[in-house]
Amino acid sequence: MFTELMTSLTANNIGLGLAQAAAAIVLSLAAVLLARRFAVHAERETAWSLMRGLFQMAMVGVVLALLLQGSLLVGVLILLGMSVAAAATASHRAQGIPDALLVSFYAIAAGSSIVLAVMLATGVLNASIATLVPVGSMIIANAMNACAQSIERFRAEVGAHVGQVEAGLALGAEPAVAVAPYVQSAVYASLLPRLDMLKSLGLVWIPGVMAGMLLSGASPIYAGIYQFIVVAMILAASGLTGLVATLLIRTRAFSPAAQLLLRPAAPR
Amino acid sequence: MTIKDHNTRDEVQVVAPLDAPQFRPFTTNVVAQRPAPLSARRLRLGIALETRNLSRAVAGKVLVNDFNVLLIPGEVLAVVGPSGAGKSSFLRLLNRLDEPTGGTVLLDGQDYRQLAPRELRRRVGMVMQTAFLFPGTVAANIAFGPRQRGTPISSEQIEALLQRVGLPSYGDRDVNNLSGGEAQRVSLARTLANSPEVLLLDEPTSALDDASERAIETLVLSIVHERQMACVMITHDMAQAARIADRTMVVEAGHIVAIGPTEEVLHVH
Repeated sequence: MFTELMTSLTANNIGLGLAQAAAAIVLSLAAVLLARRFAVHAERETAWSLMRGLFQMAMVGVVLALLLQGSLLVGVLILLGMSVAAAATASHRAQGIPDALLVSFYAIAAGSSIVLAVMLATGVLNASIATLVPVGSMIIANAMNACAQSIERFRAEVGAHVGQVEAGLALGAEPAVAVAPYVQSAVYASLLPRLDMLKSLGLVWIPGVMAGMLLSGASPIYAGIYQFIVVAMILAASGLTGLVATLLIRTRAFSPAAQLLLRPAAPR
Repeated sequence: MTIKDHNTRDEVQVVAPLDAPQFRPFTTNVVAQRPAPLSARRLRLGIALETRNLSRAVAGKVLVNDFNVLLIPGEVLAVVGPSGAGKSSFLRLLNRLDEPTGGTVLLDGQDYRQLAPRELRRRVGMVMQTAFLFPGTVAANIAFGPRQRGTPISSEQIEALLQRVGLPSYGDRDVNNLSGGEAQRVSLARTLANSPEVLLLDEPTSALDDASERAIETLVLSIVHERQMACVMITHDMAQAARIADRTMVVEAGHIVAIGPTEEVLHVH
């Protein structure tokens, strides 16, 4: 279904697409000009962002069109590159934590690859670059958010409960026991947006995969079920990523002598 | 007078050497339990804890510089000094919540780096300035320490501890419903449940009213003497040091500036 969608967009509809994009740009600029009446000056930034967004998406289309001819291995390499980029983004939330980039990469790669492997093995995903890359990118993007959210929540919770954590350590608790409530909180934080996504599925929004499948002529019922499967897989990948990221950060939050290292910076 | 205290490497101002006879400047029911001079008790009881050139510096800032201190079972050492002097930093080094950058601590003659941190912290218990009770019941908090080492504590033992700290039948209470003084007593009972050999107290009465403060002091003293624990207590209150401590150590800018019998150290400072 993705191949059909891509083909239809690249082969016949470039002119139409550009015209539609122009209409969208005009509408966006109109909204910005309206905002200007209320002293909100975002004209230049909006114009630049619109042009940049259009160019980036056109380039992505070109690259995808070229890659659709490639092998599955190329798809795997693309997803690997995406995972590295996602890890670099997520690790910004983990500044000050040792090996933040590696932790983020391991977590995102683990969550995404396990889910993608299951999807491929069960036939939910076709073993072709045309399906692997778009669906894989959705899963990696959500895993990236889950990774950042879990790291940020864990850091915030531990930072806010240094006294409780150290009280546990002072009573002879293992570090894992001392921070157990904050691990739970961090993993749940990584799942929460995806749970909300599942709850609102079809009621508040109809995600891109279903829209694309409908545009390419797929059965609406099948498109709906397939969309659910993709969102459920995103939930699974996010949960796994959040869990792995939190557990990896947890081990780095303590010294080998079970001293809490992850706390608001102040010499003690 | 300036003399060389064998407890420290540097020449410090103290009013008498460690082994001088002890005098308690107040009268409570626990004074009668403290008859022996420290030297005699040290011979009899040995050394509970010793710091050797204990130091910690972070980012070039010296927090604790070359501390040499001996503690014997049943002794209370008060640590006094201005804010930021290094009192809490010193205390945190004693149960290795922070890592020394120099020197070490001997617990019953053994370098504490040879002990597993969990075992060390069971033996060197700490009561913090804030109680930091875990959500749940009082009984669950008291059972926390023993549970960590797989040693269940019976409800009778919990009740006995609660009675000892003056909170009989408090086991089922939610910790959210305790006053500050009650919470600090639970914190003390929670630490005692681990049967520590050394008790560290980080200004445990600083947030309490006078009556609660005196009650906790009396309780701590009686338990320390009853269990023959060595006790280090941080306080910003010289009067409190005078009420409870056998010896007092004055700390400024990460350095020991005096250590000796409380009455004499406080007389000089």
